[in-house]
Amino acid sequence: MGLSSPELYLAVDIGGTFTDIVLDTGKERLTSKVLTTPSAPERAVVEGTAAILARANKTFADIRLFVHGTTLATNAVIERKGARTALITTEGFRDVLEIADEGRFDQYDIFIQKPQPLIPRRLRFTVPERLDVHGNVKLPLDEASVVRIAERLKAEKIEAVAITFIHSYVNPVHEVRAREILLEHCPGLSITLSSEVCPEAREYERTSTAVTNAYVQPLMAGYLGRLEREFRERGSTAPIHLMTSGGSLASLRTAVSFPVRLIESGPAGGAILAARIAAERGEDQILSFDMGGTTAKVCLIDNGQPFKARVFEVDRSSRFKKGSGFPLRIPVIEMVEIGAGGGSIARVDALKRIHVGPESASSEPGPACYGRGGTEPTVTDADVTLGKIDPARFAGGKIKVDVDKARAALDEKVGKPLGLDTQAAAYGVAEIVDENMSNAARVHAVERGAEVRARTMVAFGGAAPLHASRVAEKLSIKRVIIPAGAGVGSAIGFLDAPAAFELVRSLYMRLDRFDAATANALLEAMSQEATALAKEAAEDQPLREERRAFMRYAGQGHEIPIELPNRPLTEEDTIAIRQAFEAEYDRLFARHIPGAAIEIMSWVVLVSTRERRPEKLGPVSAKPAPAPSGKRTVFDALLGKAIEVPTYERDSLEPGTQISGPAIIVEDGTSTYVSTSFDATVDAGKALVLTAKNSEGRP
Amino acid sequence: MTEKMANDIELQIMWNRLISVVEEQAQTLLRTAFSSMVREAGDLSAGVFDRQGRMLAQAVTGTPGHVNSMALSVKHFIDHFGLENMKPGDAYITNDPWLGTGHLNDFVVTTPCFYKGKLVGLFSCTSHLTDIGGIGFGPDATDVFMEGIYIPFLKLLDQGKVNETLMAMIRANTRLPIDTVGDVYSLAACNDIGCQRLIEMMKEFDLDDLDQLADHIINRSREAVLAEIAKLPKGSWSNTMVTDGYDEPIVLSATTTISENGIHVDYTGTSGTVRRGINVPLAYTTAYTAFGLGCVVAATVPNNAGSLEPLTVSAPENSILNAQKPAPVLLRHVIGQMLPDVIFGCLRQAIPDRVPAEGASCLWNLNVRGSVKGGEGGNYGFMMTVTSNGGTGARPQSDGLSATAYPSGVKGTPIEIAEQITPLIFWRKELRPDSGGAGRTRGGLGQIIEIESNIGEPFELLAGFDRVEYPARGCAGGQNGANGVVALASGKKLKGKGVQLVPPGERLVIMTPGGGGMGSPKERDREAVLRDLQDERITPETAKTVYGLETETVS
Repeated sequence: MGLSSPELYLAVDIGGTFTDIVLDTGKERLTSKVLTTPSAPERAVVEGTAAILARANKTFADIRLFVHGTTLATNAVIERKGARTALITTEGFRDVLEIADEGRFDQYDIFIQKPQPLIPRRLRFTVPERLDVHGNVKLPLDEASVVRIAERLKAEKIEAVAITFIHSYVNPVHEVRAREILLEHCPGLSITLSSEVCPEAREYERTSTAVTNAYVQPLMAGYLGRLEREFRERGSTAPIHLMTSGGSLASLRTAVSFPVRLIESGPAGGAILAARIAAERGEDQILSFDMGGTTAKVCLIDNGQPFKARVFEVDRSSRFKKGSGFPLRIPVIEMVEIGAGGGSIARVDALKRIHVGPESASSEPGPACYGRGGTEPTVTDADVTLGKIDPARFAGGKIKVDVDKARAALDEKVGKPLGLDTQAAAYGVAEIVDENMSNAARVHAVERGAEVRARTMVAFGGAAPLHASRVAEKLSIKRVIIPAGAGVGSAIGFLDAPAAFELVRSLYMRLDRFDAATANALLEAMSQEATALAKEAAEDQPLREERRAFMRYAGQGHEIPIELPNRPLTEEDTIAIRQAFEAEYDRLFARHIPGAAIEIMSWVVLVSTRERRPEKLGPVSAKPAPAPSGKRTVFDALLGKAIEVPTYERDSLEPGTQISGPAIIVEDGTSTYVSTSFDATVDAGKALVLTAKNSEGRP
Repeated sequence: MTEKMANDIELQIMWNRLISVVEEQAQTLLRTAFSSMVREAGDLSAGVFDRQGRMLAQAVTGTPGHVNSMALSVKHFIDHFGLENMKPGDAYITNDPWLGTGHLNDFVVTTPCFYKGKLVGLFSCTSHLTDIGGIGFGPDATDVFMEGIYIPFLKLLDQGKVNETLMAMIRANTRLPIDTVGDVYSLAACNDIGCQRLIEMMKEFDLDDLDQLADHIINRSREAVLAEIAKLPKGSWSNTMVTDGYDEPIVLSATTTISENGIHVDYTGTSGTVRRGINVPLAYTTAYTAFGLGCVVAATVPNNAGSLEPLTVSAPENSILNAQKPAPVLLRHVIGQMLPDVIFGCLRQAIPDRVPAEGASCLWNLNVRGSVKGGEGGNYGFMMTVTSNGGTGARPQSDGLSATAYPSGVKGTPIEIAEQITPLIFWRKELRPDSGGAGRTRGGLGQIIEIESNIGEPFELLAGFDRVEYPARGCAGGQNGANGVVALASGKKLKGKGVQLVPPGERLVIMTPGGGGMGSPKERDREAVLRDLQDERITPETAKTVYGLETETVS
């Protein structure tokens, strides 16, 4: 114990309610869930880790690598519990954060409230200085005025500062100098430069990103420092790597500099898990579908790589409504999240349309069927009424499900207003929520020019197995994988994340006046910087590099990413780059513009370890289904009628078992509904694999 | 469960799908557009129509003036070309202000969509192109022919083949040929995407036509709006508002009548057509009137032919709200966007808790034009519309929104983008203290913008501003919002409307108007007053004299 070289991999995901812990010993994966300790989150991490180590008969010294994800940064923003933060910006631009895009996120609602900026106006200071669009100094930095602000910061007891000057993405000289001056006068002040955290044009997005980074930095630096100390004191020498929103790992030091990149790391872990499950089964085109209590998240994954985006919105004040939150320009795994979960509430509007969510009954009072005083009908109530959930087995029998209460709530709030019987009301609710999720997936895919129906769905989260069949039917998806015990999915995903760092730099260049020397110098410098940062989290694994350019027709406003060869570019390359751009344009927008000039706006270098491609699972020999453990009457949406369905215990099914739909496969926590249009098998990894009848599926 | 019920749920699902089809159509337009008015500010609209030209769904992305006038436009396309003559691969275009969306800068493209060899519906979209020649995007023209290239109903695509003659004409009639031609392609592409998605949807739901779905959408929406109207008090209420005008003030008069059958707004008493380009074609008058009413009575009902049907409008011919060809109409938004405020003044008498005070309302677009160094890119100099806004009116329960577009649905333009497109430098763009009308709830603040040439050349401002002479009025004891200001930094006052030169080395100073306040400022929550003071949204002077904050608290 503890004498040989360390061999354990530890993954911890701190969520709002639970902290999930996974210990990978090389032979097995131990998992546990402990309650999060919000006032000192490291306590749950340390205590939970000690307990799981004890189960494995190991010590802190045996940990080789600790990968960690947390919602602390996200919650600090949502709950406004970040540092006392100030903004220093160019004179004349005090209100960039508040003027935002001057738009309204809801066209017809005259009573909307815009999100409150993280920094009130009185703490937004300005300095005379100005660069022009080319980075030339139009007005030198007024250093005396920075000194005066430093005194104000002290007086106001400011803990963190974001510095965002106009056009600093082209030339950071004034931001860098202002930081030097501030640190002379306020040593130890936490400072974020917009030119470091988000060196891209569009002042609102850049300011918003820098301010959010500054706002969460003291908190995250403090927490990560304490966590590291606790681990060291207990004898761990393991590096601590942080999960980022982009689905890759960053070193603790990088995480402290760019904590904004940790926002939304939990869902990213889920996407990584889905990618691994798919890879083990040789699947390369995936739609990951994660449905929990309040939301559903959908993410597309190609060849083990989740789709990425460069902008993300945090803290939407009007739930899930586009434009009601703060934009963050950070690398992020792209997913759509909609208010559709087991607890989502159904109601009928003035047009006699059924709406489901985004309001949720959450865990208190919970769905009507929990019998804890909830009277609003939820998706779970509909599932219970339709027969998909066994009342006796819900949540491992820990929650007693009251079918009558579910039916009464549905009758009252949906059935009566529409003149529907209970069954029809439940069908309507389930059908609408399934359609909402399918539609979100479909729109997300088409926006990215991707096809949905050829994909395999990986479904996890408590409510997903109940709805996966119907969503797959709606999307014409032929194959669905439901992994075993994915309750701690995100934390498991962390273990498979590559170490990586992605850099974006703005540099304008016309393709027909391509300047290879300038482009190569920039890319080379970016490559070195990204490699250095990725190496901190990569240990000695080999690194690989990807380069992309964001391009558009000259005069357009939105760019599309085009792969570049990973080597110095020459003028001859522009022919192939143009062809690649036009092909991608056709794919996304139906029609390219013949002969129009193309311009490059920004450049991306991603340096990462090769993600571990897991070994493929072996084949299993087919076994007939065991005798059903019971039967239930279920309303099948496709057939539009109630049918009798056999039930099976998931734990008792051996690899290779084949069950023809309709069937319900019950486990602690949830049930999988296999509709009439699917057959299920249990594969070598104990996942349930649903394959559409009348289709070959794919190997 | 009955067949009818299952059918109802299925129809609802198809309706949702149709809304996401048009949303994708709009997103395509947004992402492929060249005009900064479209790509940065979102000045566009997109929708799907049935064979009768009835609008079934519109994208949420977009702006009301476009949407609701485009809703009428597709019928004109059908009348002109005839459904029987339409072929797969065709696309039709016009920018006729009276048959399209109210001024020549808006190109409307309509594309018939075929499935199983049958025309099943039409997609239409419109966006604001930055420059279409003529006098430029200002109000100075004295007839529509001066205002730019005038495209009658023409085929843009004939069975897939681009109308090269038309494209050559467009290219030759704009200062920005690169952008303008690019935008025409972008309009055609977004309809293609919409049509592709509609066909996928019809395949999936096994539909041969949209007839049943169309009736369902339109009937349900009409019924929902009528049900909302039924809850309102019945009667007629009148209101009058005066705006700056070009040469002399303009009176906008409205009588709003709420009855069992709907809401009718009549603009009798409004000033006549004027000599300069701020006149409004009736379709655009109708669009913003219906939008203002919709915000109050049908905010949650999707916009379509059915929800628009109970909301009707009339205006005397040759009044400024029903201008006839060849009246100049290029800046029709300056007056058109005031209409929700005019109607709210009527509705306030009936339902005071549901309408805001007057706001800045008309967009404060900075239309700037001049030369560039080096003749970059095949355009002739630069021309840009930098969208910007004043404050909205105070709401019954909360303050107005600062620097926010209403009723327009456009967004502002990032200055880092404006400086890429133009050789200008923005020295200032921040909120304007004391500009929000004082009240129990305060009007939103306007902003102060200062601009100079970065290349030592003069540039032109094509001013089209309002509320310079006549501010947004407060209500129920609330004070007026601040007037707008157009000036040079050296002190010279500029006109609110018309082309004016900003010499090199001079800074143009624009102060956008604030929104009106509501209720007595003395009744404002003291903490809110103090917060406004600390945040320098109001000056100490205002805190003391207007809001009555005690002197010791102020210091």
